[in-house]
Amino acid sequence: MAVPLAFFGLFFAYPVIAIVGRGLKSGGTWQFGRIGEVLGDPDIGGVLWFTTWQAAASTALTLLLALPAAYVFARFDFPGKQLLRAVVTVPFVLPTVVVGSAFLAVLGRGGLLAELWGLRLDTSVWAILLAHVFFNYAVVVRTVGGLWSQLDPRQEEAARVLGAGRFAAWRKVTLPALAPAVAAAALMVFLFTFTSFGVVQILGGPSFSTLEVEIYRQTAQFLDLPTAAVLTLVQFAAVGTILAVHAWTVRRRESALRLVDPARTARRPRGAGQWALLGGVLVTVLVLILLPLAVLVERSFQGPDGYGFRYYRALQSADGGGGTFLVPPLEAVWNSLQYAVVATLIALVVGGLAAAALTRRAGRLVRGFDALLMLPLGVSAVTVGFGFLITLNQPPFDLRTSWILVPLAQALVGVPFVVRTMLPVLRAVDGRLREAAAVLGASPLRAWREVDLPMVRRALLVAAGFAFAVSLGEFGATVFIARPDNPTLPVAVARLLGRAGDLNYGQAMALSTILMVVCAVSLLVLERIRPDRSVSGEF
Amino acid sequence: MSTIKRYAATALAAAVGVSALAACGGTDSGAPSKGDKTVTLVSHDSFDVSPAVLKAFTQETGYTVKVLKSGDAGAALNQEILTKGSPRGDVFFGVDNTLLSRALDNGLFQSYEAKGLDAIPADLQLDKGEHRVTPVDTGDICVNYDKKFFADKKLAPPKTLDDLVKPAYKDLLVVEDAANSSPGLGFLLATAGQYGDDGWQGYWQKLKNNGVKVVDGWERAYNEEFSGSAGGKKAKADRPLVVSYASSPPVEVLYAEPRPTEAPTGVATGTCFRQIEFAGLLDGAKNAAGGKALLDFLIGKQFQEDLPLKMFVNPAVKDTKLPEVYAKFGEKAEKPLTVDPKKITENREQWVKTWSSLVKK
Amino acid sequence: MTDTAAKPLLDLQAATVRFGARAALDTVDLSVAAHEIVCVLGPSGSGKSTLLRAVAGLQPLDSGRVLLEGRDQTGVPVHKRGVGLMFQDHQLFPQRDVGGNVAFGLRMHGAGRAEQTERVAELLELVGLPGAQRRAVATLSGGEQQRVALARALAPRPALLMLDEPLGQLDRSLRERLVVELRQLFERLGTTVLAVTHDQGEAFALADRVVVMRDGRIAQSGTPLEVWQRPASEFVARFLGFDNVVEATVTGEAADTVWGKIPVPAGAPQGGARLLVRPAGVRLVPVADGLPCTVLARTFRGHHVAVQLRPADGPLLEAECPLRDAPDVGAQVGAVFAADEVVLLEG
Repeated sequence: MAVPLAFFGLFFAYPVIAIVGRGLKSGGTWQFGRIGEVLGDPDIGGVLWFTTWQAAASTALTLLLALPAAYVFARFDFPGKQLLRAVVTVPFVLPTVVVGSAFLAVLGRGGLLAELWGLRLDTSVWAILLAHVFFNYAVVVRTVGGLWSQLDPRQEEAARVLGAGRFAAWRKVTLPALAPAVAAAALMVFLFTFTSFGVVQILGGPSFSTLEVEIYRQTAQFLDLPTAAVLTLVQFAAVGTILAVHAWTVRRRESALRLVDPARTARRPRGAGQWALLGGVLVTVLVLILLPLAVLVERSFQGPDGYGFRYYRALQSADGGGGTFLVPPLEAVWNSLQYAVVATLIALVVGGLAAAALTRRAGRLVRGFDALLMLPLGVSAVTVGFGFLITLNQPPFDLRTSWILVPLAQALVGVPFVVRTMLPVLRAVDGRLREAAAVLGASPLRAWREVDLPMVRRALLVAAGFAFAVSLGEFGATVFIARPDNPTLPVAVARLLGRAGDLNYGQAMALSTILMVVCAVSLLVLERIRPDRSVSGEF
Repeated sequence: MSTIKRYAATALAAAVGVSALAACGGTDSGAPSKGDKTVTLVSHDSFDVSPAVLKAFTQETGYTVKVLKSGDAGAALNQEILTKGSPRGDVFFGVDNTLLSRALDNGLFQSYEAKGLDAIPADLQLDKGEHRVTPVDTGDICVNYDKKFFADKKLAPPKTLDDLVKPAYKDLLVVEDAANSSPGLGFLLATAGQYGDDGWQGYWQKLKNNGVKVVDGWERAYNEEFSGSAGGKKAKADRPLVVSYASSPPVEVLYAEPRPTEAPTGVATGTCFRQIEFAGLLDGAKNAAGGKALLDFLIGKQFQEDLPLKMFVNPAVKDTKLPEVYAKFGEKAEKPLTVDPKKITENREQWVKTWSSLVKK
Repeated sequence: MTDTAAKPLLDLQAATVRFGARAALDTVDLSVAAHEIVCVLGPSGSGKSTLLRAVAGLQPLDSGRVLLEGRDQTGVPVHKRGVGLMFQDHQLFPQRDVGGNVAFGLRMHGAGRAEQTERVAELLELVGLPGAQRRAVATLSGGEQQRVALARALAPRPALLMLDEPLGQLDRSLRERLVVELRQLFERLGTTVLAVTHDQGEAFALADRVVVMRDGRIAQSGTPLEVWQRPASEFVARFLGFDNVVEATVTGEAADTVWGKIPVPAGAPQGGARLLVRPAGVRLVPVADGLPCTVLARTFRGHHVAVQLRPADGPLLEAECPLRDAPDVGAQVGAVFAADEVVLLEG
């Protein structure tokens, strides 16, 4: 408990409070007058309304499209399942600039929809919503699907024997068990879309603006800290309300569930209905996720005179015709992986400890901390980044120019994922198993390792995958934090896209493709890690 | 309780372990270990320099340069303002004339008259009295056009701001959001410089009537909407006019394979806004001597000659030899427009607000 | 009552655990000598399980002490107490196979791989599951799970083995067979055992000494025979299934009750008391020769029949009689009482 608290205090609460304080304090006195002034602005009201409803709509749409997929991934066996599960996570790591252009290619002028039906969605709110689904699909599939695959299907069968129809059995037995995971996934999607930045800007055009965009503008562009501080507080209030609503809806705590080995619950689909469901999910994934990704890949191969590897070759020569890079792109891959590994480890340690502490002690204070852990998802990267600047400037924490700040900031976003994915499973572990281990001579830590860990390994891997993916694709915090020049992949892509020229554009696409592959491969490897399979071999 | 403590201890050990591990395999530790032999340059993300040039600096002066980048020009400067008094580095590079007043008003820099300043045209030296900042390069934000489009249409490309509102160019121009994008802001300032405080709104009304499209940033405008770019071609873009840089055409040539004999895009030379980029010695710099040496170096021959192909800007020092590709394909802005930095700082927010409500709605 | 070892292996001194206002353990004093098998018997909610949890360290005491081999265990964490506990529903680790479960405690105590392998095989042999190392726990039947749980608890050679409702979930015949096996096993190994159960048959078959608990307190402690023959209180009597309890006034060697005069053992305290007649002490005679009763019900109990009688006055009576002598329901019979099956209860 102490470590997560210290981590959040030092690297989140303190910087954010400091930067807000800097904005609202002038000459040593608090200037709360600014609050009324900013809130009175009708534009801000509009922004707040748009921010909220697009987030709600995006969340609903994501759940609608991704829950069937969570079921399919949890319960069915089909060839290429693991690969597909890794692929749907790829969008999560892609820089928004890149995703924007992929989506424009599908939704915009000359895109698939335009050619088939003459439909253009590129400046409509639909583009934003669909892109949000694209980004967050994996959040639902992984967090909900992870738990679902461990639910004992026999419980549903028991309900059916007792006379419940297929749907009624699902609604009465499975849904309540899944509810905490669904709520958690919905919460994360909501927070992500609530603070959406790049997607809204690129796809929505300038007429759509979210709070996050305003905060960025006021902080990074105008240095109007008072306004930014008020907006940050507004965002805080909104996020706080959401968290409260979430806490209220899942007040019923995760109950102890019978968790089983996921390998036992999945089987090949049977009957026309199940095949249709699987088909439907695959088509959704194909259109919504694979198609935009495919466009990127295609563009990375498509030169002015036909397809080829020219852009990939260009990547190899660091100084290809003048050189955009101080470091070759392969080094960017390496940098990205390093940051991601460190950030993942930090997130796992902090998040794992927080989750363990939250499982054991469920007082009101602890529940408050639970909510606090989610806050970083609802706070602008620029707020945190600028907060770092004015707080981490004293030894021993003068980390302003240290590279560790980047993974630290990334871990901040990773921790909520770790906590959210692990908590339902940890809470579902029967406490008496730990007691059994203790009586047999296992210290609490050992009992955690021997009992909880094997049971939550799956959740842990899911969480690690998220933390890794988040960190791999993280752009906001990375650019706001001063660092020696070792660009990560997303930063390198952004730099390439920021320059004219066919080769630069092509290399950006090629590098994005590499980023996708790195992400997919990393996740696949992560899913393959199964230390001491079923542990039996240990004695 | 003791359980929790034990957890905490273990976790702390783990965290320390991770840090230590990372530090071992890491790239660069933040500690100023080399004392005053390191000079730190803070800049924005677009900063770039050839490694050989930095090496030359080290050979000349004995100082090693550490480069820190954070965000775009605006964000980088604002970070500097926030950390005023205990800066992260010694020299800041990348404050331009649209941001200059904010930097100077905040007392960010110490005075230092760099050696070789007399080789820089006087009209670039905006802080001539106190020498708190040194002009290093200039860049022009101009409307670019797709040569092929205008050739196919047998239409003369536009040259001036006035041309852009002519019916012949209806629905052809795409510009960036002035609130988020520095070329967007530059173009707004160009119109303000041309038509004055009270005239620019009328001009933009006409642009709007002529079908100007506003998108969020340069990346979307240039790579997705502009028909003359590589990305635009793939995206079947339909806007042959875009607000970009005077240096974009040579970049198109440089980053094409095989290298074309003519740039695919051109510059409407009468639409340009001039950006001047400055560097300065930060107030509170730990290594002031090194910083001064670095400032001298920034306007020295090697760095100046390196600039065009690294950052695609014009060297501030007169008669710097330009790389061939840059000289051949670059187009010179005619009488680039400027606005007094003080005026920009005073009006920027209001102008952007007015512009937003005028154009976006 | 037992006065064997000078220093008991387990010693509870005024152990108290409260859940809110309710005391789950109320100043309990209990000691268990080495090699002794003690069974705590009581209805659910009497504090039996809390007692085990307190000894194991899973439940901190509100006051009092737990001593193991003379050492105060206050502040000693669960995993350092060196006791074994077999949980009510076994709590086998689902992600480990049988061998992994049994070896768990050995691994925790740092046993080498070879030693683990050997000991696991030995224990599985002992509990009658030789060669089951690789089986998944999910595939085990209830009885097999119970055996694995036992092997797992025994593996680290705990100084004290505690069993929580060890046979609770098994069917009757299996239970009866296993309880005998367990007793033989513990005797052979010399294990010190503290078991809790709500089943008197199990307790009497397993234990050297039975401790009956009620509402967190010890109601009676003694050998199975002692407790069976001389239940200390009406509560114990009724818990053991004896319902022939009546208000009595003792005068000399007889007591006055609503059932008429009942002979009592010699030397019984005089005056008012509660009096138990064990069913075996109720004999059926022709209606004119005893207390007139109507036969309400007959229940076959294997080698005898339990007959429920309604006397003209007072509570119902239960009598035990041989199969062939059992009267029909509705018959009128007389009841007489045998002094050696009469117990005067305290309180």
